Amino acid sequence: MRSLAAIGVFALLIALVPAMVDSGYLLNAIIMTLYAALLGQAWNILGGFGGLFSFGHAVFFGTGAYAMAVLQVNFGWNAWVALPAAMVLGGAVGGFIGALSFRYGLRGSYFALVTLAFAEVFRVLANTFQFTGAGVGLMVPLKESALNMQFGKTGFLYLILSFLIAAQLVAWWIRHSRFGAWLQAVRDNEESASALGVDVFRVKMLAIVMAGMLMACGGAFYVQYLHYIDPHLAFGASVSVQALMAAIVGGIGSVWGPLVGAAALQLLGELTRNLMGDAPGINLIVYGVVLVLMVNFMPRGIVGLATRWKR
Amino acid sequence: MLELSILFPALLNGLTMGAVYALIALGLTLIYGVLHIINFAHGAALMMALYGVYYLKDSAGIDPYLALPVVIPVMFAAGYALQRGVIGRASHGKDENILLVTLGISIVLENLALFLFRSDTRTIDTPYTLSTLDIAGAMISLPKVVAFGGALVTAAVLLLIVYGTDLGRAIRACAKERQGAKLVGIDVDHVFAMSFGIGLACLGAAACFLLPAYYVNPTVGNGFVLIAFTVVVLGGMGSFSGALLGGFIIGIVESVGGLWLGESLGQIGIFLIFIAVLLFRPQGLFGAKA
Repeated sequence: MRSLAAIGVFALLIALVPAMVDSGYLLNAIIMTLYAALLGQAWNILGGFGGLFSFGHAVFFGTGAYAMAVLQVNFGWNAWVALPAAMVLGGAVGGFIGALSFRYGLRGSYFALVTLAFAEVFRVLANTFQFTGAGVGLMVPLKESALNMQFGKTGFLYLILSFLIAAQLVAWWIRHSRFGAWLQAVRDNEESASALGVDVFRVKMLAIVMAGMLMACGGAFYVQYLHYIDPHLAFGASVSVQALMAAIVGGIGSVWGPLVGAAALQLLGELTRNLMGDAPGINLIVYGVVLVLMVNFMPRGIVGLATRWKR
Repeated sequence: MLELSILFPALLNGLTMGAVYALIALGLTLIYGVLHIINFAHGAALMMALYGVYYLKDSAGIDPYLALPVVIPVMFAAGYALQRGVIGRASHGKDENILLVTLGISIVLENLALFLFRSDTRTIDTPYTLSTLDIAGAMISLPKVVAFGGALVTAAVLLLIVYGTDLGRAIRACAKERQGAKLVGIDVDHVFAMSFGIGLACLGAAACFLLPAYYVNPTVGNGFVLIAFTVVVLGGMGSFSGALLGGFIIGIVESVGGLWLGESLGQIGIFLIFIAVLLFRPQGLFGAKA
């Protein structure tokens, strides 16, 4: 229960931020951190707790983002109605990819490759069809009002905070539920888990559907916050990498890992910008080096290091 | 139905491109077959090699084909050092880690290129860039024909190394049975690094043959990386003849698919083959059961 209380305390602390912080720059940095943590958690649920490393989480993100944009722009849906639809679609894409991959027992690098290929297929499709705006992308018109899910910075902070809290609760539930125990058993040894009566296929399916829904939620937030989506932003590799980085740097398979990782990467990003300027690529060079160093020296991430010290 | 006069040149074009895909995939499949790792940095390494060829031509005036003896050893050395110094060390022998480490390397290389060379797409100009060759009525660009021949020769050399030398014997031993190879006195880490180096050397050759008819920018490798994976998976992970045949199949699918579906949608055929093979026949056409 203490860990559940921690989520409450965290929500309260962030909720108080707008009362204390006035700088739009800082608010934006906090929003982007929470957003990256949401993506990281969506990766962590499948990759961390389930041991299924996806290199194509962008496929869920882009599905959510495009659903949100297309439903509003082409069909005139209200954003609050489009959001659950976007999440359901993200989950459905997760279910589709999962059903195919897990039915044929894809694991490890094969699973990573298949997710990457699906993201590419979706990118090409979004680039081709007219209703997605093809290569030009889609612009969601600016109509600031809570009814349209378009806020000022403070409102968006509360929105992404509530998304992230939902993701944290899912992670907490996985950590403490029977389903979570099954999922981690499947990760550690699929054959033994199966021999003990765990329905491996169903457990993996539920994990990928949840990951898909949360990632789609991140995509929906992206569209609302930045009002624009195109095939590359939606299905390109950078979103997949962003999600995986937050989880790996923070510590995979832990409830707080993605948030810690997202915060660390945000700080690192600010630091690089201050030290080396805004030259293109610099930020990602540092990310890549950090990824290699993390795998080399801290495979359990920052959270893993902290728990080792505590012992 | 399409006219034969359109289909035939498309087939030839597919074959020439397929030869280059095969060359890239040969490096990938060698690395996979021996180290059992998926080298995600393969596309980024190819991109770096292309930049190497580009600058040799642009600042030193060295013809891409004459650059072969420079680019191949450099890529080999880079591959050897990368495996020995970074990948082998950082991965602690775990598959997921290798995946992440090579992903990290590809991010670094791609953005290093963006930082150093900017995002402009560059091409080189050679006297033969625009020359064409008449093959049974179909006009095929000369650099593509050279690339076809070059890819086949490189593939033959690679097979000669793997099947005709002591090093090749050691490589095959390590691929089959790591522990056993160690027991009979093979320096496994050295052989791993040699394999990785040879894999990247293939990319060096591919870059020299590719650039006269192609272009380079920091993200050019991405297009090749999934194609090369498709070729490898289709041919069977670790199978050389499979990679060769797979390369030709994919080249033709891309070229003919492009005729029917247009440039951007034509690519989908490749990805769908990739997904379908992974799902239904993960051992590929020639590979042993996975």
